[in-house]
Amino acid sequence: MEWYFSQVKGTMEDDVAEADIISCVEFSEDGDLLATGDKGGRVVIFQRDRQSNSHKCEYSVYSTFQSHEPEFDYLKSLEIEEKINKIRWLKRKNPSHFLLSTNDKTIKLWKISERSKRVEGYNTKDELGNVVPREGPVSALRVPTFKPSDVVVEASVRRTFSNAHTYHINSISVNSDQETFLSADDLRINLWHLEITDQSFNIVDIKPANMEELTEVITAAEFHPWHCHLFVYSSSKGSIRVCDMRQKALCDQHAKLLEEPEDPNARSFFSEIISSISDLKFSHGAESTQYLLSRDYLTLKLWDLRMENQGPVSTFPVHDYLQTKLCTLYENDCIFDKFECSWSGDDRYILTGSYNNFFRIFDRKTRKDITLEASRENTKPRQLLRPRKVCTTNRKKKDEISPDNLDFTKKILHSAWHPSENLIAVAAVNNLFFYQSKES
Amino acid sequence: MCPRSSTSARPFQAPLESLATVEETVVRDKAVESLRQLAEQHSNRDLETYFVPLVKRLSAGDWFTTRTSACGLFAVCYPRVSNAVRAELRQHFRNLCGDDTPMVRRAAASKLGEFAKAVEHEHLKQDLVPLFHSLANDEQDSVRLLAVEACVSIANVLQNDEKQRLVLPTLKQASEDKSWRVRYMVADKFSELQAALGPELSSRELVPAFCSLLKDAEAEVRAAAAAKVKDFCSQLPADTRQQMILTQVLPQVKELAADPNQHVKSALAGVVMGLAPLLGRDATMEHLLPLFLTQLKDECPEVRLNVISNLDAVNEVIGVKNVSKNLLPAIVELAEDSKWRIRLAIIEYMPSLAAQVGVEFFDEKLSALCMGWLTDHVYAIREAATNNLKALVEKFGAEWAQQTVIPRVLQLARDQNYLHRMTCLFCVNIMAPVCGRELTTKLLLPTVSSLVSDPVANVRFNVAKTLQKIGTVFDQKVVEAQVQPVLERLLQDPDNDVKFFASEALEGLRLQ
Repeated sequence: MEWYFSQVKGTMEDDVAEADIISCVEFSEDGDLLATGDKGGRVVIFQRDRQSNSHKCEYSVYSTFQSHEPEFDYLKSLEIEEKINKIRWLKRKNPSHFLLSTNDKTIKLWKISERSKRVEGYNTKDELGNVVPREGPVSALRVPTFKPSDVVVEASVRRTFSNAHTYHINSISVNSDQETFLSADDLRINLWHLEITDQSFNIVDIKPANMEELTEVITAAEFHPWHCHLFVYSSSKGSIRVCDMRQKALCDQHAKLLEEPEDPNARSFFSEIISSISDLKFSHGAESTQYLLSRDYLTLKLWDLRMENQGPVSTFPVHDYLQTKLCTLYENDCIFDKFECSWSGDDRYILTGSYNNFFRIFDRKTRKDITLEASRENTKPRQLLRPRKVCTTNRKKKDEISPDNLDFTKKILHSAWHPSENLIAVAAVNNLFFYQSKES
Repeated sequence: MCPRSSTSARPFQAPLESLATVEETVVRDKAVESLRQLAEQHSNRDLETYFVPLVKRLSAGDWFTTRTSACGLFAVCYPRVSNAVRAELRQHFRNLCGDDTPMVRRAAASKLGEFAKAVEHEHLKQDLVPLFHSLANDEQDSVRLLAVEACVSIANVLQNDEKQRLVLPTLKQASEDKSWRVRYMVADKFSELQAALGPELSSRELVPAFCSLLKDAEAEVRAAAAAKVKDFCSQLPADTRQQMILTQVLPQVKELAADPNQHVKSALAGVVMGLAPLLGRDATMEHLLPLFLTQLKDECPEVRLNVISNLDAVNEVIGVKNVSKNLLPAIVELAEDSKWRIRLAIIEYMPSLAAQVGVEFFDEKLSALCMGWLTDHVYAIREAATNNLKALVEKFGAEWAQQTVIPRVLQLARDQNYLHRMTCLFCVNIMAPVCGRELTTKLLLPTVSSLVSDPVANVRFNVAKTLQKIGTVFDQKVVEAQVQPVLERLLQDPDNDVKFFASEALEGLRLQ
């Protein structure tokens, strides 16, 4: 597969404001819109330009709004960051678009609507204070009417779901019944109804009676794409639990446990940290089998929900050359980076990010993979991206880069694949890169 | 019956139609409600010409919000349109029941019942019952549980043999559904289902289903079923009822009384007493009495409260004396619970409890408790205790009040704590109307007046307020001789609030 540069968004200057760092990327269900959230609590939505030329797939800004503001928790004397942790789109129910965005403590339902009518004919003064001239006598009744105007995109918050999480929210996921969603923090998962903001049900609680016995936390949670009663959650110890909401009201007992048996030879001080799962994604169901993709620090793992106790179906190494550098990565905290992963619309490819602004795409059918770089230097229109390679032996070839020369501050944590086309959006710090491909 | 005037109805249809498509559920629901009322205003012909096309437009709308609104408009127009149009409406409803989006199927399921009532019998069996079956087998839990509600309505309009053939298998399936939420709905609607299926079918087929819900793995389901035990048993056919309860229901009930989940136990405690009249004296003594006694000692206060609040059923059958030995410690423990809301709950049951145990038992064992509450730390308790006294005086009479209650209340007037002195005044406020003029003049008034020189201003201004309240009980001579001087003295009080309330009282009693 060959990938071409399509667009880049965000300032190209070296001076990056912390608030501009992108913290999540999500395509809408039909791929027409792409939402990004940043550390400053803003959400920017891009829309696909509808052009007759089907090869061109460019996105331009559709709407920008401030989703969350920084807050202060007075009771605990803690700041609540406004950084957007996750965005999830709801299925379309009318011409407007709805999405859920969350920071550490509060989830909000936003409605993004277009307005193409304006009310005119008010019997008031204009901006400068002059009486608006009108036809007819003053005593005649004048009713304001709607007149067509330029399209204006408005974002308004419709629901606020707050005060249900003691710890930081890491995931939200919408149920296939389209009226409920879950939110997960480190120790608890809550179930909400989209219409009801003052109540939520707790469905998983792994807080031990004695906090000193705490050994694992919840890192991600996701509803099954069409079974309304199933959801999965991953832990910091690398295990995935599948829960069936039909069995009990409180799902502390998992229905299935998916984990890889530990290899005693490979144990090290860092084993547990690097096994912590940072993202979970269900496949789209393009194939007959439903797979679950998990991302831990060094690998991507593919799980089959029906195969309990057998470990993952496949494992894809993302950046194995980092095995020898774990100590350094621990010291500079990079070992705790949470990378996301995505499926292509046909479930054939999987995408995830790495360091040095590298990102990796794996082809499940041919078992090939490719490493590409989201670089500001490759931004000529339709420029073909050259595959990158990290050298793992002492003999460094011309184009290769040594692991010691990787820039660990340039990490691609967030990326998304268009739901039906081979188009990806990759967030590199404050820039959003769009890449497109043709089958090679 | 005013004649239908379509001309006034039609202009409203268009804006209501567009309101029925917005994304806010509450707005859509109101619009649908208004459209239903509007349909009443249309003549039959106009219904076909204007209203039915609206329904069809909504059912075929692009967005699911539009289609959900359509579901609520079928029943109201179906009976009044021609056969051809009826066939079309049935087809549209069928499409909605099979819609792609769960929201529409949910709306269809929740309106299936009312539509079933409007449709002719043969079409009900031919068209709607299959829809009911498909919704009851939907892959979404939220759709299946709404089908349970529809089950009640459909069963109500079918004949007996049809019920067994068409509804019962689906109902049984629902009571064994994998999703606890569906089973919960069955438990919750059990009384209605029982009534809809009729006594014979229920006793034959529903008893095993009910018993299995009482044993369900999920506590929420058990609690919902437990809350229905009394209703379920009382609807069983009279001749076999006692036997059935003893052999099938009671064993489960006994297990539920020891359930690990406190909500289940509370739900059971609230209704299990209702079985006493159904079982008769002997069976109650043998089987239910031990149960009550255990529940009275349960560690969860709500369970104990629920038992006590339902004692009248037991009293009817075996007399409360049989439980009184265990009843008293339970009441005392609840009355002294550290949580004030629990104490409040027991106070609220006290009047009915007193009526059942009778005045002797009450005086001997419970009156000290009632007086004690008057000096509780929590104001809400003191207030409830005061109201309790009024109810007791109403039940037991003024003479009893004179002997037991009034001396203790008046004693409070000399208490060290000003709050207790104020409570005394509040008691007087409440009791004066039920005690009558003589008692109030002779006993209560002197004490009230004596507090005119209380060191605390709050007490003094409450004296003024009390005098204003009870002043209407006295005759004019007493008012002028005894009440007015007190109020006039208070009018000269150094505290402003006291002066204010004194003047209010004087005005209220028309003395100024």
